[in-house]
Amino acid sequence: MSSIPLPASAAPPPTSAAVLRAREVLQSMLPALAALALTIVLFSLAVALAGFNPLEVWGLIVRGGFGDAFALQNTLQRAAPLMLTGLAVALPAQAGRVIIGAEGALVLGGLAASALGNVLADAGAGRLTVWPAMAIAGALAGGVWIGSVGALREKREVNETIASLLMSFIAIALFNQCVETVLRDPASLNKPSTRPLPEALMLPALPGLDVHWGLAVGIVVALVAWGVMRLTPLGLALRVAGGNPRTALGVGLPVAWLTIGACAAGGACAGLAGAVEVGAVHGAANASLIAGYGYSGILIAFAARFSPLGVVPVAILVGGIAASGSLLQRRLGLPDASVTVLLGFAFVALIGCETLRGRIPPRLWSSTHG
Amino acid sequence: MVDASSLGWWGVPLAIAGGAIRVGTPLLWVSLGETVTEKAGRINLGLEGTLLMGAMTAFAVSLASGNPWLGIVAAATVGVMLGTLHGALCSLNRVNDIAMGIALMLAGSGLAFWLGKPLIQPSAPGLPAIVLGGWTDQPAVKAALSINPLFAIGLVLAFVTHWALGRTRFGLRLRVVGDSENAARAFGLAPTAYRIAATAFGGACAGVGGASLSLVYPGAWSEALSSGQGVMAVALVIFARWDPRRCIAAGLLFGGASAISPALQALGHTQGYYLFGALPYVLTLALLIGLGKPGPSDGAPGELSLNR
Repeated sequence: MSSIPLPASAAPPPTSAAVLRAREVLQSMLPALAALALTIVLFSLAVALAGFNPLEVWGLIVRGGFGDAFALQNTLQRAAPLMLTGLAVALPAQAGRVIIGAEGALVLGGLAASALGNVLADAGAGRLTVWPAMAIAGALAGGVWIGSVGALREKREVNETIASLLMSFIAIALFNQCVETVLRDPASLNKPSTRPLPEALMLPALPGLDVHWGLAVGIVVALVAWGVMRLTPLGLALRVAGGNPRTALGVGLPVAWLTIGACAAGGACAGLAGAVEVGAVHGAANASLIAGYGYSGILIAFAARFSPLGVVPVAILVGGIAASGSLLQRRLGLPDASVTVLLGFAFVALIGCETLRGRIPPRLWSSTHG
Repeated sequence: MVDASSLGWWGVPLAIAGGAIRVGTPLLWVSLGETVTEKAGRINLGLEGTLLMGAMTAFAVSLASGNPWLGIVAAATVGVMLGTLHGALCSLNRVNDIAMGIALMLAGSGLAFWLGKPLIQPSAPGLPAIVLGGWTDQPAVKAALSINPLFAIGLVLAFVTHWALGRTRFGLRLRVVGDSENAARAFGLAPTAYRIAATAFGGACAGVGGASLSLVYPGAWSEALSSGQGVMAVALVIFARWDPRRCIAAGLLFGGASAISPALQALGHTQGYYLFGALPYVLTLALLIGLGKPGPSDGAPGELSLNR
């Protein structure tokens, strides 16, 4: 992709390194830009067909997601678990695995964190014991869950995409069963929940902000994942295993274990998201945890091209769009599912526009730049 | 739900048998369509979205026109459109069919929820059942013997599809396309056209499967209507070894597994309700694990990206 072959007959004009570099950047950004334009056109069309003014809708989406301090904090609050569920898809993808069951890992992580948090709280443990314990419990539950999907793929060649979604439904059933029976708080009448954490043990807001510490957790985990991927031999091994398993086996890398590990790491991120949601937002594990963060994470990871660092800004963008849903509903009576449609259109456009990658005809280049 | 109380414990197997057909019908339709799609070498994970769009469309059209059959035609049409879209987009260079399927799954379900918002309250005319149980007074037996017409049509379609894939010129060409793109090109076939047609057929079937959800059982539109049946059906195709006739058994087996939980609940056994509800997913997963990697001897198409 780095060098664009020019037709031999058309004498190439002398190009400076800067121009070449600009071309390359534009080339690599073309699919994303085209997808953005396509999404805007498609969604405007859908909104217009439904009888709304597209400009008004887009205005409300921007205002509802990013318009003022309140909206921005709401957005960041949502972005925190989305970063983690984005990583839940991005990390296995680095090893070549398409996992779409982060939702299940998230709810199990939340359940485990809530259960352990309550036990420790009863034993009189303080914040500095309870928080790490909850985080580890959540990450462990999610990691084991998705890690086993990775193992099934390696050991039995079970398609991981289908298996992860089936495991997600199984996880949600387990979650509901536990929340309604053994772990149910008798005081939760209409909405079965686990026992709420004591107020003192809830994760507080970041200093000076109305956003909880989960945001910092998400960003730090993304940074760590990026660091491991880019800077350590482990990350390199993983990328080789994902990019070219045959080469990886040839140079003696433990491909199966690397892949299972990447899946487990992804699951751990999703489980951690569940723990953060319980510890910072809901206080208990209940049906509110099943909010579709796992599915949005798939879009986020693909849009970030599986870059652990890219997941952070995309999660904020998606969080903002999701946050604007309630404003759209209040102001225009547009169903909240319209936001899902917008994200779905964006996803389709994004995958479809991959076809444009590296495909600008050289002739076009020479006519515009020559 | 079937009133099984008058028969005591015998009501359970009866309710499960009836439930197997009711719940199995959408699974049969979706897996039948996906079998043809995969035989041409494509995979469509977006059928979950198509299923929901079909359910919503069938319900809306049946409500507006008063004729459930019109609803089914409309659902099939929407399915063809979504299938063609998937097929056409996946024909572009560098577009991965698994990723596009996931994208269409999210887009399709979002669109169905948006457009279906006003449909949650009203009730549309459902499909009349084929009553085979006129001879009995037992309401539970009667209910179990009321066969929904979509299941009957699905049965016929399964055998027709099997014949068409195995015995017709078009079927043979489709299988060549699915097995080896190079061989297909050598024979002068255009793989893209066959794949788009097969994906459109798969979409139509998934649309009808959705119609059976909203017009037969549970027979209403809600956002919780489908819980992964679209994706389960893709897994069932592996279990059915890409044989349309085996899709019938697969649909019934998994329909039966899904019917256990409501059948027990009708008898007043609410313990473990959610766990029994997870049974079809557990069973599907167990089958995938047990089967391992399907090879050419299992009927797996060579071009399928699932197996690469």
